[in-house]
Amino acid sequence: MKIGQELIQTKQLSFEYIRRDDDGNAEGVTRAVDNVTLNVEKGEFIAILGANGSGKSTLAKHINAILYPTEGKVYVDGEDTSVEENIISIRQKAGMVFQNPDNQIIGNVVEEDVGFGPENMGVPTKEIWERVDEALKTLGIEEFRKHSPNKLSGGQKQRVAIAGVVAMHPQCIILDESTAMLDPKGRKEVIRAARALNDVEKITIILITHYMEEVIYADRVLVMDKGRLVMQGTPKQVFSMVEELESYRLSVPQVTILAHELRKAGLPLPEGILTEDELLHELQKIR
Amino acid sequence: MSIILNHVNYIYGKDTPLEIKALDDICLTINDGDFIGLIGHTGSGKSTLVQHLNGLLKANNGEILYNGRDIYDGDYNLVKHRFKVGLVFQYPEHQLFEENVFKDVCFGPLNMGLDKKEAELRAFTALREVQLETEYYYVSPFDLSGGQKRRVAIAGVLAMKPDVLILDEQTAGLDPKGRDEILDLISELHKSGKTIILVSHSMEDVANYVNRIVVMNKGRIMMDDIPSKVFARYRELETMSLAAPQVTYIMQRLYEAGFDVDTSVTTVDEAKRSILSVVRPGEFYGA
Repeated sequence: MKIGQELIQTKQLSFEYIRRDDDGNAEGVTRAVDNVTLNVEKGEFIAILGANGSGKSTLAKHINAILYPTEGKVYVDGEDTSVEENIISIRQKAGMVFQNPDNQIIGNVVEEDVGFGPENMGVPTKEIWERVDEALKTLGIEEFRKHSPNKLSGGQKQRVAIAGVVAMHPQCIILDESTAMLDPKGRKEVIRAARALNDVEKITIILITHYMEEVIYADRVLVMDKGRLVMQGTPKQVFSMVEELESYRLSVPQVTILAHELRKAGLPLPEGILTEDELLHELQKIR
Repeated sequence: MSIILNHVNYIYGKDTPLEIKALDDICLTINDGDFIGLIGHTGSGKSTLVQHLNGLLKANNGEILYNGRDIYDGDYNLVKHRFKVGLVFQYPEHQLFEENVFKDVCFGPLNMGLDKKEAELRAFTALREVQLETEYYYVSPFDLSGGQKRRVAIAGVLAMKPDVLILDEQTAGLDPKGRDEILDLISELHKSGKTIILVSHSMEDVANYVNRIVVMNKGRIMMDDIPSKVFARYRELETMSLAAPQVTYIMQRLYEAGFDVDTSVTTVDEAKRSILSVVRPGEFYGA
């Protein structure tokens, strides 16, 4: 069953887990995701923001069937994640890249690591190498193909991890705080790679991050708080609500907060300025 | 009182084919009351350097003086040295291990040979200093949020009453509010008289809090100056995988476009003041 052009659908998704004390007795129930209904279209670039513990990662783990809903449903490309026969196909369609590159790279050589996914899927050897070549090229890491991953920089390692997912020909890649541990250049490399995969390969991207300036290129920004979806809109719409974001323990990019402060001080600037170019342009208008 | 490093060199895997020079002729003086931001890309030698300061790693050659004493002298007590120069590691999960928060924080002082009563007193004081709510004192440290875990890890080091506190990437993975809370706490500790060394990948955080920045690249110290002077050299920083805070770039762009703004600013507040001094809000009130 295919449902329109929607790649991911969650319907009244809730996820609860039971808290236990040291002796294994149930202490209570935590509702980590609370009644989230969400549609992600094919080719969309989605960013999810939210405080630590707001349920972002728990939501993301439902999309590639690492977790299953307590209530509600999740469909990936029309397939129900709670049906066991769908799991292999869903995990191939929606790949995940985690925070720490050292926890997800297993090969001794970059090209072997990238080939691990397709090999595991049972792809014929010749095609594995074609996919590896293509993934390395897409991520701009061909020159490291014979290197040992542990000699690479953080940004390079994360691109190897992403290439490993790309080689599985996914329709969607979820980046779960994949830039959190990187230096400024590494962060830029990963975000640039995600944007290129979205623009050129039309892969749907779900980006989870605590760096506000990384989400300004997203088609849509979702904000979670205490398991609920509390805000949603274009980056401009969401980042116009500075005070509301702060109430969810979030912030806005430096250029946006600067423009917001200047506006509060009396300069006639619009809300939701996201780039240096926009601020420059607006200041030139009022000079 | 200070830490002085004289021509310190350190090589990982010395005399093996995998030899890597991690510290290359480091000369550095850390003064009492400094609040230093130590920045550099992944693998630049920052963590290796801070592990030398508290004697976890021993230099292949060169000397380290703490308050005038050579820490490599045969009769120097390195164990006591580590109580004076406290290191909080990057992942609190690697540092916490006891069954509850309070016991965890007592571990350090007990290890110093203090009696139980004194250790508990210090643990209470330290937990109050990091502003952890009392309801969490007897829960497992692993049940805490990311920000709380970091507070407990910091308290564990504070309980040993160090003069110097080194914090390795304490804000990675925290939401923006959590980042600010931890940085405000560190800033309070600095005001209370401690010397602070903050290792960070966030240029914005470093710019907002520290009064001196040390830049490392390939095991060498490339810059050592006040934040505005360091970030003014943003083109050089970029060649080392680093960057300046976004506001520094904004001010550069404005200046190039003919606005007579101060290009050496590194924080949103400074940028706001400088922009308002050339584009005055009053001029628009009548319009």
